[in-house]
Amino acid sequence: MEIGLNHYLVLSAILFGLGLFAMITRRNAILVLMGIELILNAANINLVAFSHFGGMGVDGQVLTIFVMILAVAEAAVALGIVLNLYNNFATVDVDEANTMKD
Amino acid sequence: MQELTLKQTLNSLSGFIPETVLIATVIVCLFLDLILRKKSVIVAVAGIVGLLVSGYFAYLQFGMREVIFTGMAVVDPFAVFFKILFVVSTIFVIIFTISSKEIQESTHHNEHVYLMVAMALGAFLMASASNMIMMYLSLETVSISSYILSGYTKRIKRSSEAAMKYVIYGAASSGIMIYGMSLIYGFTGSMNIYEISAILAKSAVTGNPVIVMSIIMILAGFGYKISSVPFHFWTPDVYEGAPVPVTAFLAVTSSAAGFAVMIRFFAVTFLQNNILLNGKLQIIPGINWTEIIVVLSVASMIIGNFTAVWQQSVKRMLAYSSIAQGGYIMLGMTMATQQGLTAMLVYLMGYLFMTLGAFYVVILVANKVDSDELVDMRGFGYKSPVIAVFMAVFMFSLAGIPSTVGFVGKFYLFSALIESNMVWLALVAVLNSVVSLFFYIKVLKYMFLMKPEEELTPKYQYGIGNYAVLLLLALPVMFFGLYFAPLVKIAEYSAILIGLK
Repeated sequence: MEIGLNHYLVLSAILFGLGLFAMITRRNAILVLMGIELILNAANINLVAFSHFGGMGVDGQVLTIFVMILAVAEAAVALGIVLNLYNNFATVDVDEANTMKD
Repeated sequence: MQELTLKQTLNSLSGFIPETVLIATVIVCLFLDLILRKKSVIVAVAGIVGLLVSGYFAYLQFGMREVIFTGMAVVDPFAVFFKILFVVSTIFVIIFTISSKEIQESTHHNEHVYLMVAMALGAFLMASASNMIMMYLSLETVSISSYILSGYTKRIKRSSEAAMKYVIYGAASSGIMIYGMSLIYGFTGSMNIYEISAILAKSAVTGNPVIVMSIIMILAGFGYKISSVPFHFWTPDVYEGAPVPVTAFLAVTSSAAGFAVMIRFFAVTFLQNNILLNGKLQIIPGINWTEIIVVLSVASMIIGNFTAVWQQSVKRMLAYSSIAQGGYIMLGMTMATQQGLTAMLVYLMGYLFMTLGAFYVVILVANKVDSDELVDMRGFGYKSPVIAVFMAVFMFSLAGIPSTVGFVGKFYLFSALIESNMVWLALVAVLNSVVSLFFYIKVLKYMFLMKPEEELTPKYQYGIGNYAVLLLLALPVMFFGLYFAPLVKIAEYSAILIGLK
């Protein structure tokens, strides 16, 4: 069987769904951030697949590289913030560290 | 071919001077902080000077219409308008940090200055981006700096909680946005919004449900920046937890930048360029994005205003108020006309001064009572009558009482709505302003009519500088409220995007 564009799109849709699911159901901040990484990677697969199979030039691959760089930068900041949250609340559970309410 | 691109890039640098100055300012402030190793106003002054120089070069760009860096960004009056708006708001916010006890007592030195300038740089790029790569990059530049800033006072529990919530919501919505962008890229084969628009206008993909879905996904990214309703959940908590100057920055610079990029994206991509029918720009058939914006706007106004009514914290109340104000501004997009765009710009100029003013009063109150609860504001009108009167001006303006700039903005928005036969929408907005009057006046009730438990003397003492900053913010609110011709003229002149008309 020939692997074509559709296979990649289905894979990325599944990854996107899993990422969204992890973000909504997980309460541990680290796991939520992992769900976000899954979403970013789903977008990356989409971009590279379109760029490769659609014959659309390298724009998509360029954006993929930027998404990867920004994911790293964001993860660095986010982990620092999680560490700080742990110092203040002694937990990384986003529901337990919830003091502000309406 | 390659030589041509190189030449184009070199030529583009002349359209990139304001941004270059900001980059230099960030580096200078960074090194000044490293050399001084203590809290110092020198870094803040260097930041303000850099911003002023950059603002001057941006002002020189007025009237320019150029595509720079092979279609990555554009310089047009619309972008320049926003650049000057960002310069003004960032300068005010840096001044706020000098007088804020919260920031001055934090363990850091002067990091906030260059983080704020870096955020202004990101906002500049957001206002001028014309390529989805650039839009995503600049949005993240603003976001990452603001995550750090909202957790700036790291020993304070609610500040670290605010940063956590902000980073999760921010990363999630920008992830969803980039997924939507990848779908649009797949359908059109281009990242440049002008090319996408041309392809969409003549190809069969219009009306495709996947395009509509990707519009909604992209709206998640923009909507989170402007805190529009389904994507607003972070707003109250982050506004309450973050230090007040940072909150002011998020409410003004960051959300104005969100509006800039959102207006450009939708106006350029999903309008048939150069086609005017009865004075109305034509929407690409099959993609009714204005209807989505109407829903978001009405939901933002209603939820923002009605939830603000029972808030006990002024910061939280201002958070819901800014959600509602974002809803008003979005009304300008729903009609896809030139008047709508002009009205949005008029409103944004007023919004800048009145929101910054309100937050500055919150800073001054918090400096004395260490709280942002309404209850702790009781009797403030007796202890510091001048500042309480300034607060009244800002509150009246936010509510849209005539003779303030807030009224001018609302008047232009609503009359533009009525002109494009959307009377029911104007009616919803007017009814919402009536509701908003209730909670804006409530602040004044606590300040002037309710007596605190302790003595009314001694009065609070404030420096002359504090009054001067307040006056600088209140004068435009009152002056442009009465004499608004220049305001409208600037907005009309700035409501020009490359590719539209």
